[in-house]
Amino acid sequence: MPALNMIQALNDAHKVMMARDEDVVVFGEDVGYFGGVFRVTEGLQKQFGKTRVFDAPISEGGIVATAVGMACYGIKPVIEIQFADYIYPGYDQIVSEVAKIRYRTAAEWTMPMVIRTPYGGGIFGGQTHSQSPESLFTHIAGLKVVIPSTPYDAKGLLIASIEDPDPVIFFEPKRIYNGPFDGHHDRPVKPWSKHVASEVPEGHYTVPIGKAAVVREGSDLTILAYGTMVHVALASIEEQGLDAEVIDLRTLVPLDLETIEESVKKTGRCLVVHEAPRTSGFGGELVALVQERCFYHLEAPVERVTGWDTPYPHAYEWAYFPGPKRIRRALEKVMAD
Amino acid sequence: MSDKDPSLRRNAPRLALHVPEPALRPGDTPDFSSLGIPRAGEAPRPDTSAPAAETNQLATMLVRVLGEDNKPIGAWDPELDADTVRKMLRDMVTVRIFDDRMYRAQRQGKTSFYMKCTGEEAIAVAAAAALDRDDMHFPTYRQQGLLIARGYPLTQMMCQIYSNKGDKLKGRQLPIMYSDKAHGFFSISGNLATQFPQAVGWAMGAAIKGDSRIAMGWVGDGATAEGDFHSAMTFAAVYNVPVVLATVNNQWAISSFSGIAGAERATFAQRAIGYGIAGLRVDGNDALAVFAAVRWAAERARSNDGPTLIEFFTYRAEGHSTSDDPSGYRPANEAKAWPLGDPIERLKAHLVGIGEWDEDRHAAMSAECDAEVRAAQKEAEKLGILPQQGKDDIESMFEDVYCDLPWHLAEQRDLALSEGRD
Repeated sequence: MPALNMIQALNDAHKVMMARDEDVVVFGEDVGYFGGVFRVTEGLQKQFGKTRVFDAPISEGGIVATAVGMACYGIKPVIEIQFADYIYPGYDQIVSEVAKIRYRTAAEWTMPMVIRTPYGGGIFGGQTHSQSPESLFTHIAGLKVVIPSTPYDAKGLLIASIEDPDPVIFFEPKRIYNGPFDGHHDRPVKPWSKHVASEVPEGHYTVPIGKAAVVREGSDLTILAYGTMVHVALASIEEQGLDAEVIDLRTLVPLDLETIEESVKKTGRCLVVHEAPRTSGFGGELVALVQERCFYHLEAPVERVTGWDTPYPHAYEWAYFPGPKRIRRALEKVMAD
Repeated sequence: MSDKDPSLRRNAPRLALHVPEPALRPGDTPDFSSLGIPRAGEAPRPDTSAPAAETNQLATMLVRVLGEDNKPIGAWDPELDADTVRKMLRDMVTVRIFDDRMYRAQRQGKTSFYMKCTGEEAIAVAAAAALDRDDMHFPTYRQQGLLIARGYPLTQMMCQIYSNKGDKLKGRQLPIMYSDKAHGFFSISGNLATQFPQAVGWAMGAAIKGDSRIAMGWVGDGATAEGDFHSAMTFAAVYNVPVVLATVNNQWAISSFSGIAGAERATFAQRAIGYGIAGLRVDGNDALAVFAAVRWAAERARSNDGPTLIEFFTYRAEGHSTSDDPSGYRPANEAKAWPLGDPIERLKAHLVGIGEWDEDRHAAMSAECDAEVRAAQKEAEKLGILPQQGKDDIESMFEDVYCDLPWHLAEQRDLALSEGRD
């Protein structure tokens, strides 16, 4: 089994699905000849031709809207928005159209499409190349929201997303495209090849949408995370010597509440970690669900570790990023007697 | 049966999707012979108060002043005095040296990112010269020439690039995303084309208040595809707004050639025709033509004769940014083959030709500009480079989110400060 990084795994998912299903069409800014600024679509145009993989004009509204039209026709668009920070001109089409067409037509029309977009900080991208806007999409009825944290999951989840009958917003944690990240930006970057989840099977397989992964079993507390923060959280509990159960949500909507509930009822404590800003972040939803479902099992208040409620500041990237120090403090609170 | 079922096809031609493709790719020999560059001096110059339709033919021509011999020719010759031209030349040389120094600084790890405007220096510099000092610019990311031409301190620009203690934007913005109200330079956004309708709005404000200042908006060829471009054009036309709207067509949007923005079908200046506003297509590597066109549009705007869309036709001589390597998608050395030449060399040759400049003076001036840039860099680096930043003054992160600091940000600020002390 080849060791792939997340970019290669996503590329492979495209290749598998484009070969299996001639209705799959890929487009977005710079995705054609060049293969995308992060190279996720590299080689696809050469293999599958220009009418199935092509560059789009710089118009995110246009990209999403034409994908809607194609989906109405019966094509399965897999589109790339170059950075999640650029998605907003397409937001009206996503919120008012993509998300609602099945409902408003009583399923006469449906929207089987995937909107892929790299998100998150940690690459000195400043406020327009670092955002984590997932909660702007989890709030919208009709959208599924998926965020992988490993090459294995990235491929399996992208294939599942392309096969899904509903629209999927597929956020790619770009800080971990090339290797997992422990939150210590001053340490050397680790490549994916040293990580077990870089073993990506060839060909078709899926990781089911709506199913979380218990990436580490433990009894002290439950940590809920997704994307880059799964790795930061795992490194933090190792550093703290805690026996935490770490759950990688993988899908935010529909959420695998069963796995969360089972874990929190077992551990009695819960910490939620995400990179996005705190106020109205997805962590608020998770905390509410945990207290609704597990209140009588909780031994301490559920804590949230998040980005600050500011834009992502260029020079203060690592003061913004919810790294090991912020996680340690929250762990101390959650674990207090 | 789905809509795409072939059984629905009548006995009709098979439909086909056209995906634009540039003529040349890596490995090919650069060749611009199919462009058909019009000669200098051929374009007519309508009166600035002429109906917009009188400019329609100019949207497919090319306003050029400097001929092959680098002598000015035709109705668009702005007949500038030598001091003004020498100032433009000096600013353009400064921009190029500044770009080279800052590109190198990024490669040396002193900052995260940089964007050069090599080959496009004439556009922002001459536009700055053609507008009044108090007119307002809404730039995109390759108009550093506006700031340099308006005398913004180079050290300030570099401090922003280094996100250091001298950075007036407090380290918040990606390098080159300058902002300076006093120099009439609106905050650059990383989101494309957003500034274009904002320029229209500023000029509407000036019109509402009976001001005499106008605005100039800037966008690249690729970003004309954004809806904001079309909002700008619609509002500018509807309210006859005193604004100059510039599209810098450097033919490349990262890896996508201008055909992906529609250039196979029409020029960018022709966008003006459908909206009923004046449109000019200009040799962007000819500083005198840029000056003349912007001055024409400014006079038109100032006299309430309406907005103008100007396409500056040029070529992006280098990568999109320090994150880009164009050898992956276009022929190497294309910049050398670009038929409109190097704007600095052309303007220099013009000044030499009229006896107002010579090689020695040029070398001396270039050395001065170089010394100025190096001195500014030394000053800026005394205030720090990016890798040293982000540790001090952490509370500044929480300022300016709102006018007053709300409780939740105060709480987060205190947490961030205590994390910093750990």
